[in-house]
Amino acid sequence: MAIFSIPKVRMAGIAAAVPRKEVSNYDYKWVSAKDREMLVKTVGVEKRRVAEQGTATSDLCIASAERLIQELGWDKQEIQLLIFISQSRDYIIPSTSGIIQHKLGLPHSCVAYDIGLGCSGWVYGVSAMVSMMNAGSIKKGLLLVGDISTLTASYRDKSTYPLFGDAATATAFEYDETAPPVHFNLESDGSGYDAIIIPDGGMRNFISKKSFDYRKFGVGIYRNRLQIALNGIEVFNFALREVTPNVKKLLQELSATTADYEYFVFHQANLLMNETLRKMLKLEKEKVPYSIRNYGNTSSASIPLTIVSELREVITLRKVKLFSCGFGVGLSWGSVAMEVEKVVCPAVIEY
Amino acid sequence: MTVEDFIKNIESEFEDLEPGKLLPETNFREVFDWNSINALILIAMVKTEYGAAINAEDIQKSKSINDLFEIVKSKV
Repeated sequence: MAIFSIPKVRMAGIAAAVPRKEVSNYDYKWVSAKDREMLVKTVGVEKRRVAEQGTATSDLCIASAERLIQELGWDKQEIQLLIFISQSRDYIIPSTSGIIQHKLGLPHSCVAYDIGLGCSGWVYGVSAMVSMMNAGSIKKGLLLVGDISTLTASYRDKSTYPLFGDAATATAFEYDETAPPVHFNLESDGSGYDAIIIPDGGMRNFISKKSFDYRKFGVGIYRNRLQIALNGIEVFNFALREVTPNVKKLLQELSATTADYEYFVFHQANLLMNETLRKMLKLEKEKVPYSIRNYGNTSSASIPLTIVSELREVITLRKVKLFSCGFGVGLSWGSVAMEVEKVVCPAVIEY
Repeated sequence: MTVEDFIKNIESEFEDLEPGKLLPETNFREVFDWNSINALILIAMVKTEYGAAINAEDIQKSKSINDLFEIVKSKV
């Protein structure tokens, strides 16, 4: 069982960047006015940020990283680790992490690599960062996590288009002998790989003329094979089945209860799903912050974006115990429980 | 658990629904403006109220409220 704890690495800072352009789901003319109401009320998405074509996830990552490095007062030469996590990389080849390392002006001695994960990406990323840094040689590292999802969603697909927003984030870690352990419970189930999928464009189904053909998949659902397909009911049932046992198992391992954690920051999947999970875990409303209303489902960026947009004052001013859980595409899910203190956190950046 | 309570639980989730309009033999697709979000609301209600997981197939093969209720009952 992938439950483990790693000490000696602290979260020093966190920042998030979103595109300047904002769209409202009240203006989504593909569906009826009644459906638009439902999107806002039940799915929970009112506004979303949308990247202009040509803007890459790395641009948003770099914007957050530059501001964060500046506010931390870090010397870039000391950054020895950079991990980029996304499902929307800049190019098929090469990795995006190298491009970011170069554009940020980080030294050649910096380890840089990509991890391909979505909704669970930040939680997995934190585990990779603290695992590598725990050895003590790497003193400073950057975790860059985010997605541009709006570009690959079909306007004529009501099951995806009004859901997603774009965002990317930077989380800074420092080696610190006194830092308390960070706890993880990470899980995977690839049998549901096609529950959220862009079928063409990879090596399995190489891009072809047919990739561009639009097909009807249901009422109000038209897309081609280069656009994201989301099986809402399957993902919903997956989350209701797996998330609460994962959370409870980690709490149990720590001999803790939900009362020991001040905030539970979940991947912002959709409001109905998240509220159902909140009720299943019997969490008070005040303990579960949301960014989905203003930013939509921002894929891998959703947990760090929610921390920045909703908990900024708390994490900058005092010690706080946070419990986060990411779940979705893969299927991949996991929880991280950590105590953070005086985290440097600039307000959400507009790019 | 009774079908009457099941109907009450559905009514509390769907504000547009006039109380008393839904009967055990009602074909719920004719009463609801049926869409995938409504299916999710139903799945969420069944999970929180009964601790049972119903899937797309269960909803698809149900015609009446009672059909759905029987499936939920078998899974509790």
